[in-house]
Amino acid sequence: MSQIFILLEGDELSSAGAELAIFGSRAGSVTAVICSNNPEALVASAATLPVERVIVLTGIDFAKSSLRSVSSVLAELVKRDSPAALLVASSARGKEIAARVAVRTESGIVTDAIDVNAALEATQSIFGGSYTVSSRVTHGTSIVTMRSHCVEVTTTTSSPAVEYFDGAGYVDTQVTITSSEPAQKSARPSLAEASIVVSGGRGTDGKFELIEEFADLIGAAVGASRPVIDSGWYPHAYQVGQTGKTVSPQCYIACGISGAIQHKAGMQTAKTIIAINKDPEAPFFEIADFGIVGDLFTVLQSAIAALK
Amino acid sequence: MKIAVLIKQVPDSWAEKKMGSDGLLDRAGVDAVLNDNDEYAIETALQLVEARAAGDTVTAISMGPERTTDAIRKALSMGVDGAVHICDDALAGSDALATSKVLAAAISQGEFDLVLCGMEATDSRMGVIPAMVSERLDWPQLTFASEVVIQDSTIHITRSTESGVDRMNAQLPAVVSVVEKIFEPRYPSFKGIMAAKKKEIAMKSLSDLGLTPMDAWTKVLTSTPKPPKAAGVKIVDDGSGGEKLVAFLKERKLI
Repeated sequence: MSQIFILLEGDELSSAGAELAIFGSRAGSVTAVICSNNPEALVASAATLPVERVIVLTGIDFAKSSLRSVSSVLAELVKRDSPAALLVASSARGKEIAARVAVRTESGIVTDAIDVNAALEATQSIFGGSYTVSSRVTHGTSIVTMRSHCVEVTTTTSSPAVEYFDGAGYVDTQVTITSSEPAQKSARPSLAEASIVVSGGRGTDGKFELIEEFADLIGAAVGASRPVIDSGWYPHAYQVGQTGKTVSPQCYIACGISGAIQHKAGMQTAKTIIAINKDPEAPFFEIADFGIVGDLFTVLQSAIAALK
Repeated sequence: MKIAVLIKQVPDSWAEKKMGSDGLLDRAGVDAVLNDNDEYAIETALQLVEARAAGDTVTAISMGPERTTDAIRKALSMGVDGAVHICDDALAGSDALATSKVLAAAISQGEFDLVLCGMEATDSRMGVIPAMVSERLDWPQLTFASEVVIQDSTIHITRSTESGVDRMNAQLPAVVSVVEKIFEPRYPSFKGIMAAKKKEIAMKSLSDLGLTPMDAWTKVLTSTPKPPKAAGVKIVDDGSGGEKLVAFLKERKLI
């Protein structure tokens, strides 16, 4: 049975990480490579997923060393074990780690896959969702970065073998990290992890209070379109679209966003799309499963009242 | 300081893109422009050498077919001094691994102190070239920079990604990619456009870089246009829009 490597980072299991195990188990026996200063939680979580082995990296302070430390040691493990595939979450960091491993191990790479099958054929949704492409790596280990929210995670009980690997010799000395502020953990879910995203556009006139209140009531993340960011109405980290973040939630609720192709490029793989706009001709209505022509503030206010 | 800026010509992001029967993007059928994200890298480079000490140069490096010249001229009209254009029929269909190898080889020929890149190209949206070029050159990787400061031979950046904000530094030479909030790119001036016509673009083939043709290490199996999404329900708010929104979310078991 082929070996499939997945990369798990951080202090706790993310939904993206759990999905890697599900995807990996379709194609073979999953080994989770764990990079964390507190690996216990991830090791315990791996036993709730279809994982047959974990490799815990030691000797690296992951908070203080650059991603090159992780890519170097991961490349070493890929060379040692020659897995059929390495699956990594499609974050900026995940893609960069995967890219470096691909160069080092002379392996092909596919990024931002939304699905991968038992034959390691990866599916991508490209050009703002206008094409679905299936492709396969033809050289070396199949390195695939996976978008989150693409597969349902069902937990199981496994008893993975635990191996430790000393990564001290692979610590990057080229880059010095002087400070690190993890993204604010608010009660609100992050754009990458949320299953519902409520986004505001030009139509909000910069007034996000109702969007935030509505998002909090339904456990959604808040996003924004580029004109909102450019006007300084909302922080850059929340921008969805071609030059911002790409999200793929269960449901995307666009409030006062016309639906330019650059914005749609960042959200078109959302399973359900809802648009609220006072302009009945707004392009967003063409792709919305449910559209409301009306004033977004009135609609949100009555939705909030209905929820309360 | 000698700065190289890696730039790419991409299909206009407003245009409808189509895939050819070979599984590759049909580039001939759409307007091509300089990748938006690269303009931020060009602006950063120009600001870093604003004082123009002796020996300061900014060189654009691009790989692509002949018409890539248009994107290169745009960079030159913004104030970039010269360019290297790697143009070779054998490069059609290159993947990121081949592209990064070609770019790294071109950079190695130039004795640069710094390589600047945009965070990703708006067509492939992989965002892996800066990391790959850094790996190939064995130069420090400082990517997704929202701030860049150079003091003597040390470069300091603020890395801004969805994971958070990190401050980091490294010794030059280094590979840096910038995010769009770093600076607002300048528009080419009339003077800049005229001057660009006289600037030199060095044409290079694969063999000029000491490389031989490379196969792509990924293969497209199928590419299917997405069927047009069936129009959903569209209602006009009569005061009950909010309630109907909540009912719709409940019906789909989203809340």
